Amino acid sequence: MSEHDIANEKPRWLDKSANVRKLYFAVWALGIVLLALDLVIHRHPETRFDGWFGFYCFFGFVACVTLVITAKGLRRILMRPEDYYER
Amino acid sequence: MSAEFPTALWLIGGAVVIPLIPGWRIRKAWALLLPLLALWQLVSLPTGSFAEFELLGQTLVLMRVDRLSLMFGYVFMIAAALNAVYAMHQNDTVQHVAALVYAASALGAVFAGDLLTLFVFWELTAVSSVFLIWARRSRHSYRAGMRYVLVHLISGMLLLAGAALYLNSGGSLAFNHFTLDHPGAWLLLLAFGIKAGFPLLHNWLQDAYPEATVTGTVVLSAFTTKLGIYALARGFAGTELLIVVGTVMAAFPIFYAVIENDLRRVLAYSVNNQLGFMVVGVGIGTDLALNGAVAHAFADILFKALLFMSMGAVLLRTGTVKGNELGGLYKSMPWTTGFCIVGAASISAFPLFSGFVTKSMIMSSAAIEGHSLVWLVLLFASAGVFHHAGIKIPYFAFFAHDSGIRCKEAPMNMLIAMAIAAAFCIGIGVFPDLFYSVLPYHAEYHPYTASHTLSQMQLLVFSALAFAVLMRTGIYPPELPSVNLDFDWFYRRLGPGIANSAINFLADLRIAVSAKATGALTRISRRIYRHHGPQGVLARTWPTGSMVIWVAILLASYLILYYI
Repeated sequence: MSEHDIANEKPRWLDKSANVRKLYFAVWALGIVLLALDLVIHRHPETRFDGWFGFYCFFGFVACVTLVITAKGLRRILMRPEDYYER
Repeated sequence: MSAEFPTALWLIGGAVVIPLIPGWRIRKAWALLLPLLALWQLVSLPTGSFAEFELLGQTLVLMRVDRLSLMFGYVFMIAAALNAVYAMHQNDTVQHVAALVYAASALGAVFAGDLLTLFVFWELTAVSSVFLIWARRSRHSYRAGMRYVLVHLISGMLLLAGAALYLNSGGSLAFNHFTLDHPGAWLLLLAFGIKAGFPLLHNWLQDAYPEATVTGTVVLSAFTTKLGIYALARGFAGTELLIVVGTVMAAFPIFYAVIENDLRRVLAYSVNNQLGFMVVGVGIGTDLALNGAVAHAFADILFKALLFMSMGAVLLRTGTVKGNELGGLYKSMPWTTGFCIVGAASISAFPLFSGFVTKSMIMSSAAIEGHSLVWLVLLFASAGVFHHAGIKIPYFAFFAHDSGIRCKEAPMNMLIAMAIAAAFCIGIGVFPDLFYSVLPYHAEYHPYTASHTLSQMQLLVFSALAFAVLMRTGIYPPELPSVNLDFDWFYRRLGPGIANSAINFLADLRIAVSAKATGALTRISRRIYRHHGPQGVLARTWPTGSMVIWVAILLASYLILYYI
């Protein structure tokens, strides 16, 4: 398909940044609902941590941020040009 | 079919006649029929040991049928059949034959009741599978294939050496449980560890799998590593060391997966990460943990195949799977996008998908047995796998910024293969009890408690939020065309580097020594020349006169001496 055809395509729902924002806040809303459910649902903790209020929410968020930031830092040591092994 | 007729052998026989079959339609139908027939034989097998032979005082068992080997046998044949469907658009005899021989030898290894039979099939998996890498027919894949096959032949040698040590100390070749107080057991553990991708022994996987063909990578992802897990579950269940090894394995590849640009290589890292969970399960070794490891291997073969299939379809249609070159493909490949998301949800262990009902058995066992730290690291790895395989793969390929690539949807046969794999992923997740009833050990487990479902949803949704926040704030590292150094640097750079310097040093040494020696020899020969050469003192012709004088002197001295 040429550039012209792409320009003439009907825009999709996700092409609008306002819709992406809606989606983003919808996920936040879902997260808050799930966190609130912690007050209602009776827990059967398997370890000494997972009975704490909001443990999984907090852990999931912090784990992923730590993961990404550490990995980004590792790039400084590990990243090489694409043809590194061919040279 | 009787159990005395080893499935692997007739399957290999059926595979090697493929080139003789006239016409592609019949060939491809045959390639699909074979694994289905094998599956049918497996389903009807009684348990026990069959096809036994005596060799040099040892009993070789070609068909040891029990619930553990059957479980791996089933899933290997389901995967082989899916691969046949997925590869149906392709007219490449080498790949059709290699894929089937490879699946058959993995099956043979799983049903091997002794170490010698295991060794033969072990090597055959390596030798047959490398053709799936070479079939890409590029210099790059040739070299990657060479490294791949070398690593696996080393694993085979270690296996053989371990078996020989057992035999030498008066033991038997039987492939049962081993304990680490025997030196042979360490060699076997190392051999199995290479296949299962232990840390530092893992890099053949990320190196070779993404270099294989579109269909080849899907085939590769199913067998070799899971064969390693089977061998560990059979030989080293309950070995505490494996808990540590598995925990490290589950955690470290996710860092690489986050910064890797080649999306099939991202998946190769997540293979490693998932194997880590299984190794932990084997290491804990309780019935529940072993069931978890086996169930997770079963589920992983299917959802990983599904993910690799979707990336294969992208590679086929766009010619690339580099994250920085893709994006917005959901517009062109909506079905592939949907199937990829099912695979992503399964590997991330969303409730109602397969990973949720399998991985949680391993997590719960770790908690029940009191390994809190291991449990925490595995939870971190669970969040991480959602991050890189669950979100990153579909996001960068199908969504993100629109790359402007417009292509056709994947071929129908690929879509059918993906649909069946997706159906398995959802089926296992929705009907766990049916799935649990075929697991090898007896352990009661209920994944769908309100508490467990909520915990998992919280973990996943907040991991997704972390991704979204990092994306919107621009902290998330962009996809960059690059390679990341991993352990293969040691044998691709450092090793050859040392060898080169050693060769250069020896060459310099030779030049220096020969220069010194030549100098010395020249000096000696010059000295000889001075005395013996045409102008040398010793080469002069002496005048007759001097001769007469000397004779006169001699006679005179004789006279004098006579009179004294």
